[in-house]
Amino acid sequence: MTDAFGPLPAVTEPAGSAAQPMLDEQDNLGPVTPGLPDFSGSLTPSGNLRRRQLISGFAGGVQTVAAVLAVAVLAIVVYSVVARGASVLSWHFLTQDPPLIAGEAGGGIAPEIVGTVVIVALATAIAMPLGILIALYLTEFAGRWPASAFKLALDLLNGLPSIVIGLFVFGLLVVGQHQSGFAASVAIAIIMLPLIARATQEVLLLVPASLREAADALGVARWRTVRGVVLPTARGGILTATVLAVARGAGETAPLILLSSLFGNTVSVNPFGNEGLANIPYYIFTSSESAEANGFARAWGAASVLLAFILVASVVARIANSRSTLSR
Amino acid sequence: MSGSTRFAGVLPGNARSRVRRADRIGDAVLHGVCLAAALLAAVALVAIAYKVIDGASESISRFGLGFLSHPTWKPNPPFEIFGAGSLIFGTAVTSFIALLLAVPLAVSIALYLSMSASPRVRSVIGPLVETLAAIPSVILGFWGILVFGPFLQKHLEPFLHSVLGFLPLFGPVPTTGTGLFNASLILTIMVVPIVASISRDLFLSVPRELQEGAVALGATRWEVLRGVVLPTSASGVAAAACLGLGRALGEAIAVTQVIGAGNAIHASLFQTGDTLASRIADQFAGATTKLQIASLFYLGVILLVIGLLANVTAQWIGRRFDVSTVTVR
Repeated sequence: MTDAFGPLPAVTEPAGSAAQPMLDEQDNLGPVTPGLPDFSGSLTPSGNLRRRQLISGFAGGVQTVAAVLAVAVLAIVVYSVVARGASVLSWHFLTQDPPLIAGEAGGGIAPEIVGTVVIVALATAIAMPLGILIALYLTEFAGRWPASAFKLALDLLNGLPSIVIGLFVFGLLVVGQHQSGFAASVAIAIIMLPLIARATQEVLLLVPASLREAADALGVARWRTVRGVVLPTARGGILTATVLAVARGAGETAPLILLSSLFGNTVSVNPFGNEGLANIPYYIFTSSESAEANGFARAWGAASVLLAFILVASVVARIANSRSTLSR
Repeated sequence: MSGSTRFAGVLPGNARSRVRRADRIGDAVLHGVCLAAALLAAVALVAIAYKVIDGASESISRFGLGFLSHPTWKPNPPFEIFGAGSLIFGTAVTSFIALLLAVPLAVSIALYLSMSASPRVRSVIGPLVETLAAIPSVILGFWGILVFGPFLQKHLEPFLHSVLGFLPLFGPVPTTGTGLFNASLILTIMVVPIVASISRDLFLSVPRELQEGAVALGATRWEVLRGVVLPTSASGVAAAACLGLGRALGEAIAVTQVIGAGNAIHASLFQTGDTLASRIADQFAGATTKLQIASLFYLGVILLVIGLLANVTAQWIGRRFDVSTVTVR
């Protein structure tokens, strides 16, 4: 019957049940008040209403199962990684170079950790100022039409497959030259830029208009308002957006295969050298393809380190944001 | 506010004009720098398209549009024949199955988070579902090879084969757990949190009065969702599905790890295959000839076009809503 009548199912209710309160879960009105006629018999859902309530309950059950399933998958993945990585995790694992032959036991992922930190730090240094400036342009300067055009451009940039961005930076910085940590940083900065810009824009829109108006009324120039009022008010939200973008950038692998997959076996901090920088995502990727038991063990360890960083970063960002006055 | 901020009105004439000039210059500079940054992002989009097409030019002029349907991929020098046919097939199949599974799941989760769950449960489960999106694809793929693949091969695939084996889709189970089916399920895991978190926001924005009106007319909880909440936000959910599709089409790493890099087109989902993005990730580092690199760039051109199409479609369908995968919560 709901198929035929959509949102107005009560119309076809049999006359006998029309006196019932139709709110689901409210048909049990508790103990019968003395002196009043006993309605409890007619208040028990029957026939069509019971069928509708069963359907409603079933749909609610399906929703709960779906939510539990998603959380279960998260728990299983995190548990699999941490349980398998725990056996190799140690101070040595974090501070030593990997063995030259993947099949050997022992060794660590120090060059990968340092390389990832350098690449992501450089990418953040590129993407964060640009992202904030773009967000400022969208909220403080752009008219209606340019703002929506630039927003579309950012959303399209955000939707590009990361491997395509890798191909672009390969053509831009690697062809005719060589791989470098810098090339990897540029690719990851392109991935982070729309995230930071769009999220910062949302935060800037939450800065109360009364603050801007107060500054305008005092005759304060726009740039002084931005520097002294808008940015300080939005600082927490901007940091949250950046940390979430860093968490996303740190796990990006596809561009690194093209841009930073050739490197030495020792710690390097130079993103402008004539080879790439070691990094955790590419290490996990090659180890997963090499099918060596000891390589697998180190890859689980590397995955634990990366996952721990990303989970801690997202949790901290969310907690900080929920405390900030500008959260919804 | 720092000490340099003064109010022009209360200063002597000389200083007043100095502040006014600084204000004017400062405003112009800030406006200019911000505009330049925004233009840079727009230029980057154009430059990406140009560079990728440029890198593919050799392959485009050699194979033309026939590349799209040609199923052979033999990179070694005596042959050097490249075609994306089987890769487009693999991309379409894995993305389609991923969406088929992910959209109902994600909409159910979103309904649970926005309508059914109590605020306390919501505030715990919601962030957990979003955390699922934060797991790097390389880790999900690694898990897909070593944990999920063997599970599929031993339990789920034999079960599906025994029950639905009369369909060619669920053919005999091979000895490894890698293949189209594994890739589709890993993509499902990646798409669900995206669609769920956008849909949840859409459902929360459905006007309260509409829902209360339906309740007052005697609708059950499910009838409110089916009759009011879902129809009001349907186009937004479709847009979210498009964004999820864009993600599934372009995912390279996790798919490379679990799909088995097969060249042939199989009817059975349990067999190996390959997708556009995963072929690039798989072969780029080991590419030997210029034509092979150019052909991999050609795959990138195809990805760029379908990725842009999916996102433009999402923005167009969802234009009544602010549909974006980027939000701070």
